[in-house]
Amino acid sequence: MDPTRTDGAAQSRQGYFDAASTEPLHPAARDVWLAAIDDGWADPARLYGSARRARVLLDNARELVAAVIGSKPDEVSFTSSGTQAVQLGMLGTARARDRSAAGIVASAVEHSSVLHTARHLAMERTGQTGPDVRIVEVDRLGRVDTAAFAAALTPDTALACLQTANHEVGTVQPVEAVADACQARTVPLLVDAAQTVGRQPVPGGWSVLTASAHKWGGPPGVGVLAVGRKTRWRSALPEDEREGGRVPGFENVPGVLAAAAALRARVEEADELARRHRELIDRIRQEVPRRIPDVEVVGAPVDRLAHLVTFSCLYVNGEALVTELDRAGFAVNSGSSCTASTLRPSHVLEAMGVLTHGNVRVSLSRDVSGDDVDRFLDVLPEVVARLRSEAGM
Amino acid sequence: MTDLDLDCRGKRCPLPVIELAKRIGDVPVGGIIRVIADDPAAATDIPAWCRMREHEYAGPGEPEATAPSYLVRRIR
Repeated sequence: MDPTRTDGAAQSRQGYFDAASTEPLHPAARDVWLAAIDDGWADPARLYGSARRARVLLDNARELVAAVIGSKPDEVSFTSSGTQAVQLGMLGTARARDRSAAGIVASAVEHSSVLHTARHLAMERTGQTGPDVRIVEVDRLGRVDTAAFAAALTPDTALACLQTANHEVGTVQPVEAVADACQARTVPLLVDAAQTVGRQPVPGGWSVLTASAHKWGGPPGVGVLAVGRKTRWRSALPEDEREGGRVPGFENVPGVLAAAAALRARVEEADELARRHRELIDRIRQEVPRRIPDVEVVGAPVDRLAHLVTFSCLYVNGEALVTELDRAGFAVNSGSSCTASTLRPSHVLEAMGVLTHGNVRVSLSRDVSGDDVDRFLDVLPEVVARLRSEAGM
Repeated sequence: MTDLDLDCRGKRCPLPVIELAKRIGDVPVGGIIRVIADDPAAATDIPAWCRMREHEYAGPGEPEATAPSYLVRRIR
């Protein structure tokens, strides 16, 4: 297969507005990935030439990722996904804590992998007495208050968790201020940086940091788990020597190399992309409420992810909206419950107290064009008006 | 005291809010509609509708059997 053949792929990505779910593979990653299948296939734990080669490549990738997230290479382990990084990070940090520390503190708008693991942990540690998860509420913009987060920390808090930015509405969280509060109380802080690594600088002060390569244009199947040297961590799984004893199983060396190549390329173009994305998202934020009545744009207006905007349209079924936009050539996600198999709407929108139906999240990928956005703004009012009139509104 | 009960049990979002929007004019300004809705989204969407349409969310009402209800005061 010709690795430069991208025309078809680029065609099918027109109108792809769901980068927050997954970013298409970065061209820089594609070439490295293919080369690494031939070059980095051997077992990096062995001692012969091809194995040493794989080890060198893996450690180079580790150094690169460590430099981007502001850590030491030996603090970084590669997992099979962002979710696995969150699970291993949370379970291992809690396990290393004193038995008396049982509580987990997390914001109400964390990724579901964090909230599920928090409930799992609290249940495991407190037995039948019920989970002890303290949820820190957010404001209407989806932002946690540092003082409220600090107030939730107690001497029996085993672990605190906060995202760098919200995956559904784009609001940036006050991670460094919360990290200071955690440090003052000697509570370890896990920072879920899945939405920001490769896009904006990684905040300092974390004890454990997690990320996911396919969110920055790396391949699927690669996550990042960084555990600070000063943070105590003990595996919650049976012993395994791979990845510093933190992640079980044979390393995905080609995937990791491709992930590192994508990250390097993304960091180099991050400022330029953010500027372009911010301009396009500002256009959507401004035009949608101007062209469509009864719409609420949600999330922080300024301190937010550059590439993401979420809005909700009154009287519109979210699933119908996603389907109609798909028909018009746009891939978007929705936090409305009408789109999911569950009855509950997005926990993020609920926690913010904003309209949960008729919800659309637009998140721009690296190769989005201004024409795509203009076409979306032309199509959307008509789609919303049609769905409303079908509902008798 | 409520002026109108809207029974939206069994209706999924956004139907309870659509029903509310269609019937708000049936009560006088200052009057209260009680929306009975078992869809979990109603708990967030009815207060959000009040904010967006400039009416007042007057808090939860008496449940109807197992279904919660929501009180809305017409402001304009």
